[in-house]
Amino acid sequence: MKKLGILLKGIIKENPVLVLLLGTCPTLATTTGVISALAMGIAATAVLICSNVVISALRKAIPDKVRIPAYIVVIAGFVSVVQMLMQAYFPDLYDMLGVYLALIVVNCIILGRAEMFARKNGIIDSALDGIGMGIGFTLALVVMGSIREILGAGTWAGIELTAIKPYAVSIVTAAPGGFLVFGCLIALVNKLFAGKNAKKEFACEGCPNASACNKASCESEVKEETK
Amino acid sequence: MKELLIILMSAVLVDNYVLNKFLGICPFLGVSKKSDQAVGMGVSVIFVMLVATAATWPIQTYLLDPNELGYLQTIVFILVIAALVQFVEIFLKKFIPALHKSLGVYLPLITTNCAVLGVTINNISDGYNFVESMVSSLGCGLGFLLAMWLFAGVRGRLEESDAPECFKGIPITLVAASIVSVAFMGFGGIIDKLFA
Repeated sequence: MKKLGILLKGIIKENPVLVLLLGTCPTLATTTGVISALAMGIAATAVLICSNVVISALRKAIPDKVRIPAYIVVIAGFVSVVQMLMQAYFPDLYDMLGVYLALIVVNCIILGRAEMFARKNGIIDSALDGIGMGIGFTLALVVMGSIREILGAGTWAGIELTAIKPYAVSIVTAAPGGFLVFGCLIALVNKLFAGKNAKKEFACEGCPNASACNKASCESEVKEETK
Repeated sequence: MKELLIILMSAVLVDNYVLNKFLGICPFLGVSKKSDQAVGMGVSVIFVMLVATAATWPIQTYLLDPNELGYLQTIVFILVIAALVQFVEIFLKKFIPALHKSLGVYLPLITTNCAVLGVTINNISDGYNFVESMVSSLGCGLGFLLAMWLFAGVRGRLEESDAPECFKGIPITLVAASIVSVAFMGFGGIIDKLFA
C-alpha cells in the first residue's frame, strides 16, 4: 500500500510540473506539439528511473560533500545513452528535441528527486518514485502539448481537426503562448486543489541550488536594510 | 564584422534565450523579484557564459572531434562548466574580493543553469568558429540580462496588483512573462531589415 502511494503521489498530488513547479524549461520548450511533448516526457522518465536506481544503490558509497557532482555524472551518463539510442532509432524525434534532449542533464526534476528522495530511500522505492514522477511529468507535458497544438495549429498529434482548424491562433504554439498556457494551467490546478497543496511561490526545496539561491535573496535584503 | 554584429543582435533581441528559447527559466522566475538582484544574476551569467565558451569550444574542436569522442559532449561540458564555476569562485575570492562580494552568491546557482550549457552546445551545433562563439555567448548573456532586468520592473508592478486568488504568485508571473515575450516577438524581422 505504501509502495502504491509512492507511485501515485508523483502523478497528481506532487506532480513535478504543475504542483512542485520543477523542470519549467523543457515544459515550455517542447510542448509545441503532442508528439514532441510525449517524446520529451518518455526520454526524461527513462533517465529519471535509471538515475534514481543508481543513485539509491550508491547512496552509501557517495560522500556527502561531493554528492551533487556525483549525481550530475550519473545523470549525464544516462542522458548520453538516451541521446544515442534516440539518434539511432528515432532520428526525427532527435532532431525535433534538439538541444533540449542534452539539457535533461540540468533538469531540476531529476536532480531534485535524487536529492529529495533517492539518496534517502531504498532501490525499489526510488524506482517507483522515478516511475511515478516520470508519468506525472509526461502527463503534464502531454496535456499542455495538446492544449497548445489544438488551439495553436488545429491538429492533435498531427491529425487535422477540421472543426477547429479555421479558428487556430498560431501565437499559442509560439513562445508567448507557452508562458500563457502554463500560467493558466497552474492557476487551474491551484483552483481545483485550493488550500490542499497550492504553491504560491516558486518551488525551491526541490532545487539543489536552493541554499545558494536563498542566500542570494537574503543578502540583497540585508544590503537594503543596511542602506 | 557584419556577420559578428548579426550574431550579436539576433542573440540579444530575436532569439532571446529566456523569452524565445525557454532556457534559464528558473533564475528568470526565481531571482527577478528585485532589479539589483536581477542585474547581479545577469552579469554573473554573462561572465560564466564567456568563460564556459572559452573552455568548451577548444575542448570540442581539439580534443573530442579529432578523437571521434563527440558523444561525450554532454558529460564533458557539464563537468567542465561545474568545475570552472568552482574555480572562478575560488579565484575571485582570493584575488578580486570586491567582485566576489557582488557576484559570489550567484555563481553556484549558475552551474545547473540550462542557459549556460545550452549556449555552449548551440555554439558547436551552429558550427561557429571561436570568435563567433564568443560573440554569440556574449549576445545570449546580454539578452538574458536584458530580459531579467526588464522583467524585474514588471514584477515590481505585479506585487501591487490584485490578481484572482488562484492566479497569485507564479501563474500571474507567467502570464506577465508571456506579454513581455510578445513584445520581444516584435523584433522578428529586424535583423534582415537592419543589415540588408
